[in-house]
Amino acid sequence: MTGLANDETDTLLRAILRDVLGLAADRVAAFDADTGLFGALPELDSMAVAGLLTEMEDRFDIVIDDDEVDGELLETYGNLLAFAQAKRAAA
Amino acid sequence: MFADWPCPGPEGPASEQALAFDRDRAHRLLIVPALFEEANRTRRFLVETMRRLDAAGIDSFLPDLPGCNESPQDFAAQSLHAWRTAMAQAAAHFAVTRVLAVRGGALVFPTSLPGWVLEPVKGATVLRQMLRARTLSAREAGRDEDSATLLEHGRAEGLDLAGYRCGASLIAGLETAVPADEGQRTIRQAELGGGALWLRAEPGEDAAQSDALAAMIAREIAA
Repeated sequence: MTGLANDETDTLLRAILRDVLGLAADRVAAFDADTGLFGALPELDSMAVAGLLTEMEDRFDIVIDDDEVDGELLETYGNLLAFAQAKRAAA
Repeated sequence: MFADWPCPGPEGPASEQALAFDRDRAHRLLIVPALFEEANRTRRFLVETMRRLDAAGIDSFLPDLPGCNESPQDFAAQSLHAWRTAMAQAAAHFAVTRVLAVRGGALVFPTSLPGWVLEPVKGATVLRQMLRARTLSAREAGRDEDSATLLEHGRAEGLDLAGYRCGASLIAGLETAVPADEGQRTIRQAELGGGALWLRAEPGEDAAQSDALAAMIAREIAA
């Protein structure tokens, strides 16, 4: 299991990244579990991270606490997706 | 293209600016901008929409919120109440017949006018996002801040958020404010197509979205 099964959370998360960061759809579609996010995407500064997390809360109907946000969460697409899947499963 | 309007302020009336397409026509639309950084991100989109409305025979006005953009007033002195008063004043000054409120603009627009609200957002959501941006950048700089403590401080003494010096009353107002639309039609992003421009880290514009919004407004005014 790569955690990248073609599920709804994956599709929604890619759409959020596309919308928040203004990335092209084909670029976001090419993300895999190891694709770097924070530090790797120049579009993703702290303001954009805040927008990304708020949009995730909104579209996934979850609440993300300050202490859940660390460097690891935003290190790769795989980490962010696994987090979103776990939060949705718990919601 | 730019028109002045008199706005009440703590130190007496101030002269505020509005972007205006005014040819004394029957249909006159007030556009209440989004708040904070979202206002910058959506400005070009709104200006492009105003050009299209002008071509469709509709006057439109995009006033600065006091303390924002070209305003001579102090941002730190602003509150949602001050912005509400200002937008009501702009509506009266330009004798508008309809209103379009964008995002957080739905917290401060003149609710007695018919019109539209575009993806209205709660004050608490606006605040949460700015608090989060601040705690994240503090963490990057090796400082530890948490949202709850910041908010408590902000309620008492105001707070610097996303480059804005927010007064205590603005913080308190944002915590509880909900969009005040009542009878106005809510426009969702999906109706405009494409991604939401207020989410973009870099201000952008999207001709297709401006086309869609202007056409929707012109059509519904004519209906």
